[in-house]
Amino acid sequence: MKASPQFFAPLARLLHWLMALMVIAMLFIGAGLAASVSERHAWLIQLHKPLGIAILALVIVRLVVRFSTQQPPLPQDLPQWQVLAAKASHLMLYGLMLALPLLGWAMISAAGDPVMLSSSVRLPALVEANAPLFALLRKAHGYLAYLLFLTVLVHLAAALFHGLIRRDGVLQSMTGTKD
Amino acid sequence: MLDHPSPPRPALSTASLVARLAAIGVVVAGLAAAFAYVNGTLDPQRLRPKTLVNALETNNGVHPGYRRNHAKGVCVAGYFQSSAEARAYSSAEVFSEAKTPLIGRFALPSGNPYAPDSSVPIRSFAVQFSQANGQQWRTGMNSMPVFPVGTPEAFYQLLKAGAPDPATGKPNPANMPAFFAAHPEAAPFLAWVKTAKPSASYATETYNGINAFYLVNAEGKRQAVRWAVVPQSQDAVGETTVDGADFLEKDLVQRLAAGPLRWQLNMTLANPGDVLDDASKPWSGPHTVLNAGTLVVQSSQPQADGDCRDINFDPLILPSGIQASNDPLLAARSAAYASSYLRRAGEVSPLHHAPQESKP
Repeated sequence: MKASPQFFAPLARLLHWLMALMVIAMLFIGAGLAASVSERHAWLIQLHKPLGIAILALVIVRLVVRFSTQQPPLPQDLPQWQVLAAKASHLMLYGLMLALPLLGWAMISAAGDPVMLSSSVRLPALVEANAPLFALLRKAHGYLAYLLFLTVLVHLAAALFHGLIRRDGVLQSMTGTKD
Repeated sequence: MLDHPSPPRPALSTASLVARLAAIGVVVAGLAAAFAYVNGTLDPQRLRPKTLVNALETNNGVHPGYRRNHAKGVCVAGYFQSSAEARAYSSAEVFSEAKTPLIGRFALPSGNPYAPDSSVPIRSFAVQFSQANGQQWRTGMNSMPVFPVGTPEAFYQLLKAGAPDPATGKPNPANMPAFFAAHPEAAPFLAWVKTAKPSASYATETYNGINAFYLVNAEGKRQAVRWAVVPQSQDAVGETTVDGADFLEKDLVQRLAAGPLRWQLNMTLANPGDVLDDASKPWSGPHTVLNAGTLVVQSSQPQADGDCRDINFDPLILPSGIQASNDPLLAARSAAYASSYLRRAGEVSPLHHAPQESKP
């Protein structure tokens, strides 16, 4: 029987840290633009759209990498509720990373606005123009972004708990360091 | 099988455990606090899109389904016929194609959808040009040549000066003069207001883009402009008489029954030294003015279910070949319109149950 790996695959680690930076940046950009009437609003939104599409593309690559590489197992002595919490939060992170860019794309489409990634690059509309649908999608985009931020905080706290308190190799499996 | 990759660690001392837990707490709380600052929770003084829209609702009341500003209006449709004059300055398809379809909206600048047409001397015209390549150009234009103020903060103060006093239900009459005394930049606007009379027709008005933009040509060369649409051969005196509260839409319908209405799109090229980031400042002296083409308005629809109803006339929806200037009002309009649009987009059905101001 093949031994379980100690670390995530190098490509999985690269994607994790790259996307960690992008997702956190994205959450701050989104929260900032929604709360500003200054020039920041305009340039943050120009950053928000292409970055969101980049995250959508990367999360698809990442799902492929996840299912085609072996994951290091969780420590056997980890309490069952923590195992469940780990699985559920990872599912939530993947789901929201996939859903938020799609919601953003769909809500711009539903508003009847051209989906512009730059001054000339335009994506096709994901749904037909429909104002009530826009209102629904826009609200979902906002609330789910807050849910993603909370999940990221829990994920971060749990990672630090493994690294600093339990010292069980879980954090190292993603940093790639050998203590 | 043992999955544990490393030998068991020595237990942490209580002090070390507490310190480590505290460190985790600091990291997580720090990130949460930074987020709360960015989203405005920890920065209550910041002017936010909802601050402006709330102020409009305070002044005008909440009218579900209606725009929070320029609430009373009428949808129109037609096309734009380009001339060759703007092509050297802008690569936008709207200037290179012979015809570009447009949807527009004439309106009154107030958040009250039942305001009488004679209540304000200002009329507005918003237009969406839909290019064949899928890009759009949206612009909201007004009959005044300059905006009263140059910044969103000053505009917010202006809205607050017009807010009803909770005791009387009416704005304090001393507020507006006090505001204008504190805002000398409003002088060009006030000078215009003095001469302006509520017009009897949407068709006879000139509508000004007010904010500066850049035309960008295929070589990437930028030319700052302000644009306006000027009525072509439309009589100043319409058939309709100015009576009742809702004469503008009736007049428009009547005129369109007789044939299309036309406006010439003028692009005023900025001279060196013209202010680009302050819409309260007029551009004075001689200027080169391009005739970029003709807007032809062919038909109208009531706004309750017209094609313009669900359009947010965000002035930053621009095609390749037109760019925003750094006028701070543009970002503020874009942000506040988005907030207003979100509120009313979820309230479409009340429009059909509201008393229709245009019906006799």
